[in-house]
Amino acid sequence: MTAIYGVPLQALFGQLLLGLINGSFYAVLSLGLAIIFGLLNNINFAHGAQYMMGAFAAWMLLNYAGLGFWWALILAPLLVGLFGIVLERVLISRLYRLDHLYGFLLTFGLALILQGIFQSKYGVSGLAYAIPGELAGGQRLPFMFLPNYRVFVIVASLAVCLSVWLAIEKTMLGAYLRAATENPALVAAFGVNVPLLLTLTYGGGVALAAFAGVLAAPIYSVNPNMGADIIIVVFAVVVIGGMGSILGSVVTGYALGLVEGLTKVFYPEGSATVIYVIMALVLLIKPAGLFGRTN
Amino acid sequence: MFRQVWLAAVLTAPVTMALAQTPVKIGILNDRTGVYADFSGPGAVVAAHLAVEDFKALDKGLDVTIVFADHQNKPDVGAAIARQWYDSDGVDAIFDVPTSSVALAVSQITRDKNKAFVVSGAGTAELTGKQCSPNTVHWTYDTYALANVTGGALVKQGGDSWFFITADYAFGQALERDTSAVVVRNGGKVLGSVKTPFPNSDFSSALLQAQGSGAKVVGLANAGGDTVNSIKQAGEFGITESGQKLAALLADLATIHTLTAKVAQGLVLTEPFYWDQNDGTRAFSKRFSAAFDGKKPTSPQAGVYAGVLHYLKAVAALKSAKDGAAVVAKMKDIPTDDPLFGKGSIRVDGRTLHNMYLFEVKKPGESTDPWDLYKTLATVPGAEAFRPLSEGGCPLAAK
Repeated sequence: MTAIYGVPLQALFGQLLLGLINGSFYAVLSLGLAIIFGLLNNINFAHGAQYMMGAFAAWMLLNYAGLGFWWALILAPLLVGLFGIVLERVLISRLYRLDHLYGFLLTFGLALILQGIFQSKYGVSGLAYAIPGELAGGQRLPFMFLPNYRVFVIVASLAVCLSVWLAIEKTMLGAYLRAATENPALVAAFGVNVPLLLTLTYGGGVALAAFAGVLAAPIYSVNPNMGADIIIVVFAVVVIGGMGSILGSVVTGYALGLVEGLTKVFYPEGSATVIYVIMALVLLIKPAGLFGRTN
Repeated sequence: MFRQVWLAAVLTAPVTMALAQTPVKIGILNDRTGVYADFSGPGAVVAAHLAVEDFKALDKGLDVTIVFADHQNKPDVGAAIARQWYDSDGVDAIFDVPTSSVALAVSQITRDKNKAFVVSGAGTAELTGKQCSPNTVHWTYDTYALANVTGGALVKQGGDSWFFITADYAFGQALERDTSAVVVRNGGKVLGSVKTPFPNSDFSSALLQAQGSGAKVVGLANAGGDTVNSIKQAGEFGITESGQKLAALLADLATIHTLTAKVAQGLVLTEPFYWDQNDGTRAFSKRFSAAFDGKKPTSPQAGVYAGVLHYLKAVAALKSAKDGAAVVAKMKDIPTDDPLFGKGSIRVDGRTLHNMYLFEVKKPGESTDPWDLYKTLATVPGAEAFRPLSEGGCPLAAK
């Protein structure tokens, strides 16, 4: 068997594939964050809590309404997105005139409150959510056992990232959005309803987080703290990609998943740290991030 | 950073009776909202109330009050509550205290104040080792027994090659080290291990390596959310289906209930108690469920019940709860006997000896109810399961 630095090639392929799967979660989550930051200039710290709410929404739809995974994949992002829209209208929109720090503090506080509510209602052990029957089982590849569900995660996240990117780059609504990011006052002068655009964007970003939450429910523990664990990594991804850069956040999400996968082969103990090391290096060399622009 | 320390007091039957009552105040100190809240938490308080009820304390001249608090798994918070309870609130004994670092702190304070401490939720074998105390009893389980029973019994059943997935911090490493030693001592061998960051949500890469190792048993040397995630993903990667046995070195009923039999089927784990063992455990669990949202009791909750019951026996015999060391000495004198742990004894180092059980999680077809989860693979008597007195290094044993 061929080996690189004592690591069998087969193990390497397996880990790279797994890295890509983790990268899928990073990409969808950081995409939502990047969209929100790009337009609202708001660091949405509640993103992790909204991801958690997506997973819980899937569980609730199944247990209270009898709707399975495929329904949840559509309904949970809609419901949580709607919640995001209410949040934006009632609270976040009041802080646009103030310093970033206020929005950051507000969303951080909201994240803690949401976690606390779910914790007191559902406890901390987490809830069970099974892999949908159609995707159970897996393929025995020459180098690893690949569960079908993980393949679905890659495909679904790629499809979502691609369609969001297309919607922003190629449609009229996307053009308004990009214009409003550049100069909201001017866009408003052309008769575009900028506050509505902001609200919908926040709702869309939140829906993306919830979508990632539904994808995560069958493989990770569905518990109130699941978002708090992953959100820090996702913030690092967004910083590395360049705050507010849509393409940057997606590419960096997948790339960092791969880097993490590689680290798990060569030095497993460092796999939790490697992303922050890269972040520190990127900030030193290119403070605006890999895909960011300095204003 | 500081959350408010929640303190609440519940008075049980403050009925003034004609005959002189011995006042006894016990405090249940544990994690009520964090990672161990389902493991012991509010359920332990329910268990303590049931123990007082079953002891018929009032008839026996004891006026028992139960208080409880949340130590948030922080030694400083736990120590502050223990001091306040002992110094100004008149608490005579503290029960439960999961999280080893908090339990060790409370054990020291209890000794300084000459009160009594009955540990149920914490696992460190240090409590009856070098840091043993004449004021502390360790009731339910410890890390030594978990490693010993899971490692020993599985090797005897043919699981003689192991691969560990270990949480990369002191607890995980200690669990791996202890279990490896037991496996080797019983004639098995350890093929390798992988250290995962703590906490971790993705175990796919570690599981892949475990699968590639060809080991008969994959040992999970982790706890809490890490255990949930690794079991869930082991199911996804077909670890048990392909013939490997999955052994969780620290898992409990609340966790397995969360995972469901479908996901956790075939998992092997060690516990001192399971609700569906005999008529005594079933009867208790039925009452417990009725008082606690239909949930079944976990081992630490059962340990609080049995510990409170035995403590009250000792206090009733002495007719006073004031001298903690005397009460604990009396607890060691009287043989333990309760419906949940059966007959046993408390050793001079404070270790309660009772059976430990190796359980396997049932397959969905065998499980008739969301709480119908375990079948017994092996029963190990307390004297074999726990660390021999001579090996613990407890100064009390040397006398």
